[in-house]
Amino acid sequence: MNPPTFPSIPVETTPSVPGTLTQRVMLLNMGPSHPAMHGVIRIVLALDGERVEDADIEIGYLHRAFEKECEVVGWGQAFPYTDRLNYVSPLINNVCYAMGVEKLLDIHPTERCAYIRVIISEISRITDHLTCIAACAMEMGAMTPFIYLMKAREYLYELVEELTGARLTVSYVRVGGVKADLPAGWLERLDKALDLVAIEMEEVDRLLTRNRIFIDRTKNVGKVSSDVAWSLGFTGPVLRSTGRARDLRKDEPYLVYDRLDFDVPVGTVGDNYDRYLVRMEEMRQSTRLIRQAIRQIPGGAVQVDAAGHPLTGAQMVDAAKMGMTADLLLRTVRPDPTLEGTDKTSAHRVNAPDKTTVLPPKEDTYGNIEGLMNHFMLIMEGEGIKPPPGEIYIANEAANGELGFYMVSDGSGRAYRVHCRPPCYYLMQGMDRMIKGDMIADVIATFGTINMIAGELDR
Amino acid sequence: MAVDSQGPGFFTSRLSDGIAWARKWSLFPYPFVTACCGMEYMSVSSAHYDLDRFGAAWPRFSPRQADLLMVVGTISQKMAPILRMVHEQMCDPKWVIAFGVCTCTGGFYDNYATVQGIDRIIPVDCYIPGCPPRPETVLDALMKLQANIQASRHTLTGSVQRPPRH
Amino acid sequence: MTNGDSSYPVTERLRARCGDGVIECHAHRGDETIVVRADCYHQAVQFLHDDPECDFDFLSDLTAVDRWKLRQSPRFEIILHLYSSRRNARIRLKTRAQDDAAPTVDSIVDVYPAANWPEREVWDMFGVRFAGHPNLKRILMYEEFVGHPLRKDYPVNKRQPLVEERHIPDDRAGMMF
Repeated sequence: MNPPTFPSIPVETTPSVPGTLTQRVMLLNMGPSHPAMHGVIRIVLALDGERVEDADIEIGYLHRAFEKECEVVGWGQAFPYTDRLNYVSPLINNVCYAMGVEKLLDIHPTERCAYIRVIISEISRITDHLTCIAACAMEMGAMTPFIYLMKAREYLYELVEELTGARLTVSYVRVGGVKADLPAGWLERLDKALDLVAIEMEEVDRLLTRNRIFIDRTKNVGKVSSDVAWSLGFTGPVLRSTGRARDLRKDEPYLVYDRLDFDVPVGTVGDNYDRYLVRMEEMRQSTRLIRQAIRQIPGGAVQVDAAGHPLTGAQMVDAAKMGMTADLLLRTVRPDPTLEGTDKTSAHRVNAPDKTTVLPPKEDTYGNIEGLMNHFMLIMEGEGIKPPPGEIYIANEAANGELGFYMVSDGSGRAYRVHCRPPCYYLMQGMDRMIKGDMIADVIATFGTINMIAGELDR
Repeated sequence: MAVDSQGPGFFTSRLSDGIAWARKWSLFPYPFVTACCGMEYMSVSSAHYDLDRFGAAWPRFSPRQADLLMVVGTISQKMAPILRMVHEQMCDPKWVIAFGVCTCTGGFYDNYATVQGIDRIIPVDCYIPGCPPRPETVLDALMKLQANIQASRHTLTGSVQRPPRH
Repeated sequence: MTNGDSSYPVTERLRARCGDGVIECHAHRGDETIVVRADCYHQAVQFLHDDPECDFDFLSDLTAVDRWKLRQSPRFEIILHLYSSRRNARIRLKTRAQDDAAPTVDSIVDVYPAANWPEREVWDMFGVRFAGHPNLKRILMYEEFVGHPLRKDYPVNKRQPLVEERHIPDDRAGMMF
């Protein structure tokens, strides 16, 4: 690994005044295993004293071949890989990928499913921003906000775990719906948890926002102008901090964002402090969005079939075959995603799977031969979901910006090509311009507020 | 020597136990965080799960000051030389924890870019499966490693004779 | 796939500019797509960027597809996703690199600076060269890597380790199964 040379900078210059010291540009290697960098990346800095003259950013240390793996596994089996793209907000990746496959199939989720997806996306946005601010503050030496924000994140992780069965790698969303309906009382607990998160957030707000040290470290540091940011493909909070109110939830509304009321916070100068403020305000707006969604969420099915019809108990062939239709229609549905607490007969009604897109509920897979065969057919290699040949591009507003998927189907059970447009790929591309002229220590602060996630950067 | 041929004597075994006790309660981890597992590492080390209770509180961000290398997250082929260099920089005695299934076996990344388990590059003392492992699993692994350290034979010169695997 | 469909104003304008450089256009699932010949590619991108009626000022995404398994020729296709903030519209522009053995297309970094890394990635993953790119070297893989992993003829688990692998004792091998 040879350090790069910067042709624009002379490595050694003769002193202009005789008798003074020789000026020398020093190359400093930051990363790929650097303590203050929550992610693997190598930045080679060309330094004049402590000032950054130039920077060369090398990525790829966490390249895990996401796109190649998608071509190997089936459409439905790629969800676990999408979890691990941006592992701080895995639910948004799930949602975006599922929407992409649904666009290929030309189906639309049910109302209830769309609301659930909005709620989980916003939860993810909050956990992402919490982690970003926590890590950024910690890297600047403020340990207390880290502890507080991790505590806040834990409240949400507990809810995510209750909903999906996993804290981090959730794989909750399915093509045509979500894995299972919300557990009973989950929305009320979410509402309470948001209050607790808000308490921690306000605490950190008091600790950081008017903190002299924090302001000195972040204000007018890592500045980027709106036009430069736009031309380099910046999106998300980093773009909005420059004053450009671009938000895909507003500009190209998807799911049910056009029915919810929220503001898009923007900064003014595009420095680290603005990015911090934008993220703080976005968390409040996300809380607002979740509260509205909780009020508006309708009942009904959470999954649709390949033709786009909601799947309800009346259409459930298996139940009919087992002669349980009359019984089913009269019962109150209290579904539960875990196998333990499920009222078996009710689960059929809500999770009734379409044979060609949605996996049957676990109760069916383990409980009857129809469900087992259906599961087997969807999981088996070369079978599973088969979108018609074609290509689509889908973009969502992820926590870091525009998360896009370009998908090509050749009509077989596997993707022909899946390409992910990670938001922080473009942010890192422009990072050298943001740190030029700043001090070495400012590199850490700028890197922190960009919120690079190696999983989605390198895929 | 005569003492060795008859097994450890009273004094050396007491000394070994004492050093082991001191070492197991003062582990200085170096978190080699690369990927998703880092999120759970954050959870483990912050207040809610509190790794501090087990004498592994203070992450040292220099391998030269650490005696426990926690490899947290997928190691790609591009990262492998760096991991080995970091391991070589650590002073003896040193222990290695493979945190998460990617570091144990490569996980479900069976592809051109990923190392199929870090024990192909460096020796590993403790494997933590899970994708990512739950914080409780990490605490359990740390306790197991401490038991392992206690069961090892330590000398004043720094060499450690690890107990046989079973 | 509607060959020669001219219902889109952007396609019409581009056709007026590039003539028969526009090979194909379609709109699968509402994604408007234009395919241009490789020799008109740079001109078309420049036009879409500069023309006040088109005004695509933002590069969303740049990637490639290896059509080897689809048995289509030419093999490599470059795909651009552009966005116009003023019109709030998207378009997909595609071009096909002519020579399968040494595929090359023009770089568009001078039009969209954001294309810098994506073009390097396409070179790294597919081996498509971009003429005029300021710094065309590998980005995700290491320099010692031989081949281009996202090509369809590259096996998914063909590894090229940088460090020599240790011998793994038998007891671990036994534990695995």
